[in-house]
Amino acid sequence: MSAAPSYPIERLTLDNGLRVVLAPDRQAAVVGVAVYYDVGMRSEPEGRTGFAHLFEHLMFQGSENVEKMAHMRHVQSAGGVVNGSTRRDYTNYHEFLPSNALERALYLEADRMRSPRITAENLANQISVVKEEIRVNVLNQPYGGFPWLSLPPVLFDTFPNAHNGYGDFVDLDSATVADATAFFDRYYAPGNAVLCLCGDLAIESTADLVERYFGPISRRPTPPRPDAGEPDLTSERRQSTVDSLAPAPAVAIGWRVPDPVADLDRYLPYVVLAEVLSEGDASRLEQRLVRRDQAALSQAAYLGLFGDPFDSRDPVTLTVQAIHPKQVGVDKLIAAVDEELDRVATHGLDDGELRRVNARITTQLLREADSVHGRTLQFAAYELVHQRAELLAELPGRLAAVTAADVAKAAGTLRPERRAVLELVAGGAP
Amino acid sequence: MVPALGPSRAVRKPTTAERVLGSGLRVLAVRRAGVPLIELRLRIPFSGRAAAHRARASLLSSGMLLGTAERTELELAHALQELGTELTVTTDVDRLLISGAVLRAGLPALLELLAELLTAASYPVSLVDSERRRLIDQLRIARSQPHVVASAARARRLFGEHPYGRVLPDVEDVAALTAATVRRLHRDRVQPDGSTLVLVGDLSPARTLDEVERALAVWSPGAAPVVTRPAPAVSVGPAVLVDRPGSVQSSLRLAGKSCERTDPAYPAMQLANLVFGGYFSSRYVENIREDKGYTYTPRSSIDHRQAGSSFYVDADVSTSVTAAALLETLYELGRMAVMPVGQQELDNARQYALGTLALSTATQAGLAATLIGLSGPGLGLDWLADYRRSLLGVTVDDVQEQSRAYLAPAKLVTVVVGDSRAIRAGLATLVEVDVP
Repeated sequence: MSAAPSYPIERLTLDNGLRVVLAPDRQAAVVGVAVYYDVGMRSEPEGRTGFAHLFEHLMFQGSENVEKMAHMRHVQSAGGVVNGSTRRDYTNYHEFLPSNALERALYLEADRMRSPRITAENLANQISVVKEEIRVNVLNQPYGGFPWLSLPPVLFDTFPNAHNGYGDFVDLDSATVADATAFFDRYYAPGNAVLCLCGDLAIESTADLVERYFGPISRRPTPPRPDAGEPDLTSERRQSTVDSLAPAPAVAIGWRVPDPVADLDRYLPYVVLAEVLSEGDASRLEQRLVRRDQAALSQAAYLGLFGDPFDSRDPVTLTVQAIHPKQVGVDKLIAAVDEELDRVATHGLDDGELRRVNARITTQLLREADSVHGRTLQFAAYELVHQRAELLAELPGRLAAVTAADVAKAAGTLRPERRAVLELVAGGAP
Repeated sequence: MVPALGPSRAVRKPTTAERVLGSGLRVLAVRRAGVPLIELRLRIPFSGRAAAHRARASLLSSGMLLGTAERTELELAHALQELGTELTVTTDVDRLLISGAVLRAGLPALLELLAELLTAASYPVSLVDSERRRLIDQLRIARSQPHVVASAARARRLFGEHPYGRVLPDVEDVAALTAATVRRLHRDRVQPDGSTLVLVGDLSPARTLDEVERALAVWSPGAAPVVTRPAPAVSVGPAVLVDRPGSVQSSLRLAGKSCERTDPAYPAMQLANLVFGGYFSSRYVENIREDKGYTYTPRSSIDHRQAGSSFYVDADVSTSVTAAALLETLYELGRMAVMPVGQQELDNARQYALGTLALSTATQAGLAATLIGLSGPGLGLDWLADYRRSLLGVTVDDVQEQSRAYLAPAKLVTVVVGDSRAIRAGLATLVEVDVP
């Protein structure tokens, strides 16, 4: 196997609690800047579904020294790109720029960490924009939000895990400036964030810049994490939902898996299992469901709501999903998935299968790591969730150490009585 | 005060080697160390005149990996997986594209497999039959998506009966296909003359060319490539309203011609596009998203095809503000054509164009995608360097000239997909409306 590159990492913590990860790589004159706040959909209070994401939009509406639209303009007119996103356990903001714009990006991120400009006018504007985002991605779209919005309420009972993280329109419309200010005060404390800088940078001068711009931000208490713990299922749950735009039915099956942070060694076999099941033409479910049985038009198996196995805290879901022809009953499809899981659990992997799957995992990890932008986001997420940015460099070795017996054991836990099933009924024109 | 930019680091030119093989295949190898991988892209010209060509090409692309004379589908899948790779085969109106990434040490074996696919893909009857059924179901799913409906309607409106007027194959055409038809198409058209292979990554360029030449020696020319006739002139007329009853949004789509990348005016056209709606810090985004909140997704873009380039404007807006959003769209387009842009506005767009070009070519995959995209009209790294230099010289007058030529509302067609009952009257107050 090819040697994975090693990535040097330096850490510092400012007096106000901000954790900083510096990852120099001077091959290209580009730099990634990411701020990850430890607040996500799971942190939202009841009656305020979608608020973490709405607040992400507000962070782009200007800050003490930066007018509305100006944050984007300062980054883009430096030749950079900028974005943000909201996940279950974090909200992130990131820039990817030519490295001569590093100081500018630090200034902009520090200004909004200190004091975003939250006004009634900007709030009303962004509520409209977020509702259009939900319309374009969910309401006006066949399979919109399937299954990331529709499966969690079947598998989970507690509000943090089960609720709609994009937000009900009633909740979004009732958001106030006071809510937003309180949310910022509580969750956007410097001690509740990780700043990650990766790429063409010098450690010492960059550390000085970080101190200059972020050091003066006052320390505030960090909030307790939301309590997302809940017991595993002991009997199967099934629900169905009608998608009036979808021309073909679909199904998503979810299981709880071990705690990815506290029990990483027990979690890793599930990452390999998802690959064995669904990655590429040689995978078990592609061969069985799509090729042999022609019971599915497409299939996928993955960990985490959005497909990154290492950016969520417990509880995390392994999801198997498929879109299938109307004439194939969902029970037949689920039975085929059960058989394939049983086959792995009982007979383990075929000769050479683990080696082949590992070759593919290695390629995928390297491909992701080739982008300084992608690496910046992974370092930051792994530092926030696992307290270990180093995980990125360790993953190829740790995944390669998973044995066929570990994978078989993992498959054996995906039993019918522990699963939640969501059927999507096709209500659209065929 | 927002900090000024520091001095720029000079861009290092990558080591490259290029060769046209005796078969007519152009091979470009670029060293970009980064991670120990090599990105592969093979572009084969694949336009066609027959109405059923899109259907045939689609089934060929989804069937190419179903086996070869030497290997079953599963054996082929295992061989690729063993190398840590997966090949994807896609088509559009101009070309067939084979893409993948492989661990450095696996390149010779991947090239052998590629040669086997190109010369001996077998398209077994039973697998092609099931793939055809799956393709039909997938086409139905694609057509249920409003953005696909909108793209198809816009292409039809812009290009009419020209092959570019057909974004997706017709289900009936797919249903009529046989494995023999696809095999024949492969034999005639999957051929090296006019094709380009790009390899980018942890490689030695000169040695890689030799490896390619050896491995692909078996791939010999077939029929002459089909030259697509030039795209027709845009005939501007009434807006087309495609009814989607109950739709909670309307998909607004405008389109017209753009100058091509080989045109000396292209850098000015790209900057006109950016200032109007080509990035977040643009007039269009500021107006209908950040001021009015009509949409999440306003944007403009330039689409390059072999037989002509197009300028596109897209926005998905709430049904209730459809006419208002079209009004603002026409206003901002008209303003570009009638009034000069600000110098600062132009400089911002210029820096964005320069910077994002550097960012997007900073990865192996990004550089490979850029180079294969340029290979259609025969452009390469030299063109990129010229383009960078030309961007620096674009003036306010240059931008207005391009805006008058290509962004003016009088030069654009309009297509709206939405709930006709709710939006037709409003649209008709602004423009003449046709419901097909």
